[in-house]
Amino acid sequence: MWLWFHKLGSPPYFYRTAGRLIPWFAIPAVLLLVAGTVGGLAIAPSDYEQGDGFRIIYVHVPSAYLAMFGYVAMAIAAAIGLIWRMKLAFAFAAACAPIGAAFTFLCLATGSLWGKPMWGVWWDWDGRMTSMLVLLFLYLGVIALRGAFDDAAKGDRAAALLAIVGVVNIPIIKFSVDWWNTLHQPATISKLSAPSMTMDMLGWLLIMIVGYMLFFAAVVTLRLRGEVLLRERGARWIRGLDSRA
Amino acid sequence: MLELKDVAVARSERILFDGLSLSLGPGDLATVVGPNGAGKTSLLRVVAGLSRAHAGQLHWRGRAIDEGDPVYGRERLYLGHQPGLKADLSVTENLRFLLQLQGAGFDASTLAACLAPLGLAGAEQRPVRALSAGQRRRVALARMRLSGCLLWLLDEPLTNLDIDGQALVAGWLDEHLAAGGLAMVASHAPLGARHAGRRLQVELGG
Amino acid sequence: MSGAWTAAAALARRDLRAALRRWGELALPLCFFVIVLTLFPLGLAPERDTLAAIGPGVLWVAALLASLLALETLFRGDMDDGSMEQLVLSPQPLALLALVKALIHWLLSGLPLVLLTPLVAQAFYLPTDALWVLALALLLATPTLSLIGAVAAALTASLRRGAGVLGILVLPLAVPLLVFGARATDLAIQGQSAAGPLYLLAALFALAVTLAPLAIAAALRISVD
Repeated sequence: MWLWFHKLGSPPYFYRTAGRLIPWFAIPAVLLLVAGTVGGLAIAPSDYEQGDGFRIIYVHVPSAYLAMFGYVAMAIAAAIGLIWRMKLAFAFAAACAPIGAAFTFLCLATGSLWGKPMWGVWWDWDGRMTSMLVLLFLYLGVIALRGAFDDAAKGDRAAALLAIVGVVNIPIIKFSVDWWNTLHQPATISKLSAPSMTMDMLGWLLIMIVGYMLFFAAVVTLRLRGEVLLRERGARWIRGLDSRA
Repeated sequence: MLELKDVAVARSERILFDGLSLSLGPGDLATVVGPNGAGKTSLLRVVAGLSRAHAGQLHWRGRAIDEGDPVYGRERLYLGHQPGLKADLSVTENLRFLLQLQGAGFDASTLAACLAPLGLAGAEQRPVRALSAGQRRRVALARMRLSGCLLWLLDEPLTNLDIDGQALVAGWLDEHLAAGGLAMVASHAPLGARHAGRRLQVELGG
Repeated sequence: MSGAWTAAAALARRDLRAALRRWGELALPLCFFVIVLTLFPLGLAPERDTLAAIGPGVLWVAALLASLLALETLFRGDMDDGSMEQLVLSPQPLALLALVKALIHWLLSGLPLVLLTPLVAQAFYLPTDALWVLALALLLATPTLSLIGAVAAALTASLRRGAGVLGILVLPLAVPLLVFGARATDLAIQGQSAAGPLYLLAALFALAVTLAPLAIAAALRISVD
């Protein structure tokens, strides 16, 4: 196990392994996403209160899930990078950040689209949406901090520390925002809560979530290969790659 | 006492040199020479503990140097390009702080005795902002002298100093080495120290 | 260990002395605070009901922004003159030195804000009874803000254009302080007990004072590298 872990840390080995892994993530991801989309939009019954409007949860909920998952994954990778000084972990954290931020943005955008028919406005200061907005700021902070350093290694370490500080703060921020929200909107508990779902609605949602996770894995691996190439530029094994192709 | 084993130093992911091994004992002086960009300052920063070595090990008194090592922190003095003086504070206030930070004692009469040959007698209460660059360098050298540290890591100690100042540094370095101290000095100009101990030259680049 | 306390006391003395000899710079965030507060009545309307309604929130947001302004200088001077290298290299625990720096910074920028706020709160027609709660809430929240802010300031200390990044890093982390602080003030205005949010602010302070120094120390090591 340790040997394998160590081997994975070597860039050329990782680069090849990751290249082979991508189809294993990408192909099931596409199949599940197509199935989930068709199922969610066409086959699942419409909600008796929200009509067809509720169908946006098939995009909204998985994005929200991955937005949070992405931050935690980034923070864990960051901690591994700082503790064991593993460069690949920093590359993983760097690859995660923009994807996680994109899912956070997608979650906010779909929430806003859902909000228009439900609340009559594009933005309501709903607790979950506000937490997501703060999460987006946290992502942007990590990305901006990494980008602000001229020395990439230093930027990696600084961004890693910030990601860890952020992950400690996320539960506190979430708690404070929920607390603030229940105080100011006592009548409506959470208007974006998913409607009471029947099994034939929920099944498609689970398919979508698994599809999203595989998609996330595929894109992170793809980006990670790019990060490894960028960081190892000038190394001998990269010139080797070129001649083989 | 100070040992470097197969040390590689990198800056911005670019390796400046590797495979540097070095062993310094009491009374030894290592001068680091090389063209600009060869990594003299980077090497001294790594030995000081400000940066990490890209590869290799550093030992002090036979033990690996940890991050924030208190024993090494007490016995090693690093003098970089910036002397670490607050412009708004007086010479005495600055020196007292730096010495207490290092865990060294502070004594006003020793201070006066140290400042006199530096031509800073009577300047004790003057704010550092009122001093010239050369005079600031001299204040930093006074700290080096007063610290009681065993290992001196000096990065271009002669910068901004006149002939008298340079001779004074050479004399102090001699005394330090004769008393069993160690020193590692990066310098373009010859140091002019005439001590009897071992003298190593670390050539970087080229 | 006595060496560590001597060094910590010496650092506190040095920072206080150096700051008081440039007291003009200390006043800048306070001036900024008052100016921001002046803009709200000018931008809205000087009606007492409006101002009393937005008062607590506005006071807290302005205090947050003023603290942000003061954070810029927290480690900048030490980075520029090389003292940061000496702090990092010293045999003393860097987390202790970081805590001292953050608390002195609070003493010089946070505490004046706490003292000034009840005065300027008059301009937003806060009831006198609520002023004590407001001051107490700020007294609990501003040191936490200094500690959290110090982590971000330490991360950006070696950047030449760190000011913009600093705001993006600090403000999202300050959301809980804003929520609890403004809520405590609100409750006090309504004449209810503000104990709940005040306890929460105290808990956040306890958390920050234990964890933040470690993060600041780690960030400073990265910045001097």
